[in-house]
Amino acid sequence: MKRIIRLSLLLIFFLPIITVAQQSKVFTGAKIIPISGEPIDNGVLVTKGDKIVAVGSEGEVDVPSNAREFDVSGKVIMPGLVDSHSHIGDGDGGDRSSALHPDARIIDSIDPHSETFKKALAGGVTTVNVMPGSGHLMSGQTAYLKLRNADKIEEMLFVDDPGNEISGGLKMANGTNSIGNPPFPGTRAKSAAMVRELFIKAQDYKEKVEEADGDPEEMPKRDIGMDALVEVLNGERIVHFHTHRHYDILTAIRLAEEFNFRLVLHHVSEAWKVADEIAKADVLSSIIVLDAPGGKPEASEIKYENGAVLEEAGATVGYHTDASITDTRLFLRSGAFGVRAGMSREAALKALTIENAKMMDLQDQVGTLEAGKDADFVVLSGDPLSVYTKVEQTWVEGIKRFDYSNPRDRKYSTGGYDVFRGSAQNHHHGDK
Amino acid sequence: MLNLIQHIQEFKLLKISAMKKRITLFVFALLVGLSTVTQAQMAVQADTLYTMEGDKIVNGIVLITNDKIEAVGSASEIDIPSDYETHQASVVTPGLVDAHSVVGLAGINNRDDDQNQLETSDPIQPELRAIDAYNAREQLVKFVLDKGVTTTHTGHGPGALASGQTMIAKTPYNTVEDALVDSATTVAFTLGSTVGRNFESPGTSAKGISMLRQKFIDAQEYLEKRQADDPEKRPAKDLKMEALADVLSGELTALITAQRSNDIMSALRLQEEFGFDMILDGAAEAYLLIDEIKKAGVPVIIHPTMVRTYGDTQNASFTTAGKLAEAGIPFAFQSGFESYVPKTRIILYEAAIATGYGLNREKALHALTKAPAEILGISNRVGSLAEGKDADLVLFDGDPLEYTTHISSVIVDGKVVKEKK
Repeated sequence: MKRIIRLSLLLIFFLPIITVAQQSKVFTGAKIIPISGEPIDNGVLVTKGDKIVAVGSEGEVDVPSNAREFDVSGKVIMPGLVDSHSHIGDGDGGDRSSALHPDARIIDSIDPHSETFKKALAGGVTTVNVMPGSGHLMSGQTAYLKLRNADKIEEMLFVDDPGNEISGGLKMANGTNSIGNPPFPGTRAKSAAMVRELFIKAQDYKEKVEEADGDPEEMPKRDIGMDALVEVLNGERIVHFHTHRHYDILTAIRLAEEFNFRLVLHHVSEAWKVADEIAKADVLSSIIVLDAPGGKPEASEIKYENGAVLEEAGATVGYHTDASITDTRLFLRSGAFGVRAGMSREAALKALTIENAKMMDLQDQVGTLEAGKDADFVVLSGDPLSVYTKVEQTWVEGIKRFDYSNPRDRKYSTGGYDVFRGSAQNHHHGDK
Repeated sequence: MLNLIQHIQEFKLLKISAMKKRITLFVFALLVGLSTVTQAQMAVQADTLYTMEGDKIVNGIVLITNDKIEAVGSASEIDIPSDYETHQASVVTPGLVDAHSVVGLAGINNRDDDQNQLETSDPIQPELRAIDAYNAREQLVKFVLDKGVTTTHTGHGPGALASGQTMIAKTPYNTVEDALVDSATTVAFTLGSTVGRNFESPGTSAKGISMLRQKFIDAQEYLEKRQADDPEKRPAKDLKMEALADVLSGELTALITAQRSNDIMSALRLQEEFGFDMILDGAAEAYLLIDEIKKAGVPVIIHPTMVRTYGDTQNASFTTAGKLAEAGIPFAFQSGFESYVPKTRIILYEAAIATGYGLNREKALHALTKAPAEILGISNRVGSLAEGKDADLVLFDGDPLEYTTHISSVIVDGKVVKEKK
């Protein structure tokens, strides 16, 4: 009897949580931009728990009778934004002891309570590739994060066991940021040579591991940096490569071809000079919009037209914030600037969502509004590419994580006294 | 090298002789026909014309003769003479006036050799003239021109108690002499934590203020002596004292950059003590001191809306410009100073974000044109479209503040300096 009482008390305690978490929700009246297909004028979005159940026109979608209804008439719904290059979370990577740190994991340094996550949510960002800086040839392992409410970093990752599962990519860089005094390379050629030497070592390590075939006696001495590079060589860990100048871009591609690693180019300021080469190499480009060129010689020839030129060349292109270089609250603006410079609207919206998901192998889980995908979406006051449009709500896995109408959340959109604690320093020149 | 110069000269001569022929024909045609036409005349027709001298005009016309505006009005009031070269746009505004910039001094590459906005040998150097450092051909000057900035108030940047003087230039010209609207406009002062990072002393805010006060007190004495009737009693010329005395006498305005509320109050306190003309610059926490700023009667050149929220601007808000407008405090937008990427900001974009956060569109356009012209004392020439003013206009293919709108043309002093590719 006591056991039954205890059990029912437990049930009473947990039941509401379970039902809320698994509850069906239906969002009606909005224009839905699913990205995976044409915009739907009077759309219906149905979610259950953390997943999308259905997306379609009114009348064409089965809505569960117990679904909680949200009337979002006149609004626009699109997928939660995916940012393929960011420095939110106050994390770090390798230190000054070496130019190459394949072993350093940014997950070991991120503060899940950082207000930079709230700022990103205010901009509609729900998935992000958080990276260490560009002051090293290899500054460390990046982290693919979902902006869930979390007390520990594990709760934000896309994997359950970060010790054994791959939860991010590898950050690399070339050009001037990673050049310096020893142990850093002094020239571009030396930069490439140091990277090649390390990859050749990793190939050797990989071969030994494979030859050992599970026999602990035969295994090479474990090296966690080598372990990460083997994942890169196996195509399981994507390389995210900071590069600006046209010849540095081609060097990154050359290295990827030599060692057969999967490559995403980042920033790619001079993409407009080598767009055909980028398309031909079939590598993805994660680009940035800067209001003006310069700030360093490598960025002096960046163009707003990069998105349009890459689209025209047939290359996959996404936008990133490189926060705090650009403001996560205004991420949609990058797509709008792309359109102004000649990109198609469709490509610009993809460049804020699904194309970035592809750069993290997350395209089956996020980046579009489709049944079975994560219930990550934003409710906008109007057209996503207008300056007058506000991100009104940001939903992550069926939970509302940002609501502009709530002053406690709104301050992360507007800023103001004591809202941001000043952690958003530039990683780029401060981390060497 | 000499060879090359010779080639160029020969080429020039060829061109000149060809041109001469054409000019001769042209002059002949003029004499025969339109003997009165000796001036460059142009008309601009806008679906929406923002003159900044009253309400916007639907279907407006601006007539230009040479470098000045000849007439402004609606199409029902003004006929375009048939021999005027006509331009058309969806929206036309006055040329934008960047209220505070460092373009021309802080170069695009951000290397030591192109950074002339801050001299760190002494924290108080009001004698440094902007005209001696301005690179009229700098890429960023031309970049902001492309984004509608026809007049820029630029010069020494923030980071020293007194970093030097500022000046006002038109952006299309290639020498400082051709570009100048005003050769010395303000002395740029900075209060706050950024100064301590550039100098051993002052290391604290209190010390910084005391150093400035002492220098102003010295300058008061210098000014008094300078005004002495007996030339014998006048002081030996001291450039530093000259500049500060000019601030005290109202020749130059004090442009005081202060972001934190305590630093803003320090700036107002200095102004009250020494009675100089002052512009409050930056003012990231202005929303905490609306009443005090209004009472002091100082105009504000607000920080770029998208300024990064760390250091002294940690508490910046997208809504501050809207709040200043609501309180009736005169304010203007600036591109400001950036230490890294992007190397300059674009005032049109900064105003656009403020408009997304509570500032109305016409007030935003005002803060990009007439307001900065008034704050800087050049509204007799630029900042609005009226007869007799400089023919500086920006032509847009839509709402000037919308992300996806293009600038189709920029006209400065009656010449088209940018046309859409």
